[in-house]
Amino acid sequence: MNNALLLAQALLGMAMVFAAIRLLRGPRAQDRVLSLDTLYVNAMLLVLTFGMKSGSALYFEAALVIGMLGFVSSAALAKFLLRGEVIE
Amino acid sequence: MSWAAGSLVLLGALLAFLGSLGLLRLKTFYERVHAPTMGTTLGTGLILIGSMLHFSGIEGRAVLHEVLIGVFMTLTTPVTYVLLVRAALHRDQAKEATAAGEPDAS
Repeated sequence: MNNALLLAQALLGMAMVFAAIRLLRGPRAQDRVLSLDTLYVNAMLLVLTFGMKSGSALYFEAALVIGMLGFVSSAALAKFLLRGEVIE
Repeated sequence: MSWAAGSLVLLGALLAFLGSLGLLRLKTFYERVHAPTMGTTLGTGLILIGSMLHFSGIEGRAVLHEVLIGVFMTLTTPVTYVLLVRAALHRDQAKEATAAGEPDAS
């Protein structure tokens, strides 16, 4: 169990690195927004695996907050790219 | 029970890893949109089921609050991606219009 969690954390960390490279390199703005979305999903999964390793339910709430704020931020960025304004 | 949760979490993390690798490697934006959805749908689902199994085994009762994250991700991911692809299409059309030399293109 512990080894599986450790390996999963390493995989999720490398996934975050890949998303960060695309975030820095991405040729246009929509690529950067897409990789920011991937980055927060991977971070949320990483927090969940930390919670499983420590056996505390506090990490679950942190993951829930990351998921909600990440959705709001990428939806706002996509809306900005679409219209030039977030709230009309 | 423990090995089942461990293998589910490992499989979910592998899916998220492959999705991010696709995001890095694929050539155009419309190809890259497909890859991370693997991690956000099936990867998240598998890790959440593994977490439910793990905490249910620890506490000796059914711990199901991870369903909240699952429902939330299932509802929000399509909304984000539809908005994002619509914005990308709009930006591509605007770019083509300026490249064609139309004076009133934004």
